[in-house]
Amino acid sequence: MDQDDQSQEPGAAYVPPAGQAELVAALRAGDETAFTELIEELGPSMLRVARMYVSTRAVAEDVVQETWLAVLSGIGRFEGRSSLKTWIFRILTNRAKTRGEREGRSLPFSSFASDAEGDEGATVDADRFQRGGQFEGAWVSAPSRWSELPENRLVGDETIEVAHAAIAALPDSQRAVITLRDVDGWSSEEVRNVLGLSESNQRVLLHRARAKVRRALETYLEGDRS
Amino acid sequence: MTSIWQRIRGRGERGLTCVQVVELVTSYLEGGLSEADRARFDAHLSACDGCTNYLDQMRVTIAVVGRVDVDDIPDAMKVELMHAFRDWAPS
Repeated sequence: MDQDDQSQEPGAAYVPPAGQAELVAALRAGDETAFTELIEELGPSMLRVARMYVSTRAVAEDVVQETWLAVLSGIGRFEGRSSLKTWIFRILTNRAKTRGEREGRSLPFSSFASDAEGDEGATVDADRFQRGGQFEGAWVSAPSRWSELPENRLVGDETIEVAHAAIAALPDSQRAVITLRDVDGWSSEEVRNVLGLSESNQRVLLHRARAKVRRALETYLEGDRS
Repeated sequence: MTSIWQRIRGRGERGLTCVQVVELVTSYLEGGLSEADRARFDAHLSACDGCTNYLDQMRVTIAVVGRVDVDDIPDAMKVELMHAFRDWAPS
């Protein structure tokens, strides 16, 4: 636990992100600005990931705080064989899992199968496509081009709020993936590492999540088409 | 709207249909399609305004989601962590 044990593809040399060695050195030297920036950069995603394992926001905050203390006591031993971010999130998920188990919660992605199974159909309403005939499977009426809508409508507060609400309504695993990818800007690889997902599971969760948010936006921007 | 000729071209022998394309959009954007599937996907797009617009809607969706406010960690936690950091840091 809490070890610098990022597993690697056999033979693949790990290259740490640019600036990581400097950041680690700054932390070890007690640079407060470096520490504050790191907390601000990673803190929100840490809370979100912790929240998947434990029952309340308050417990998730506890886990995040404990994780930072563990990061401080372990940073002297951090060898840079994984990214600092991966290392911190490994500490976080280990601690969150332990807390969640103590609370009698099941692991979040054990519900992944049921999330996916209860949700296996197409991501776009079947009524939108022609059935039978020469053009089977083609749009009945083509989707409209959103990027031609006025900028202030597309990125207005209300539009963003519609997306936010749609994300909040997603199953846990879909919400986790779309938030880390599209809100926090993580790479697919980072999400797979931290959440322990295969490439295809990550993609399926992301696809379903984005499709539902798209649909909510469509209803808001164009009115209900069905 | 797509013209009838575009739609016919969009459904060549091994072409994808719109109902298939919408389920491949994420794989396409993630670079997860094989070269052959990517070529089929691109061929469909070049003949289908509906799917081109759907892809555009997905890109807009991703951009809008990127603007959703992320909740920050509480200030009290930051303060406590800074105290912990000062205690811990070599002076």
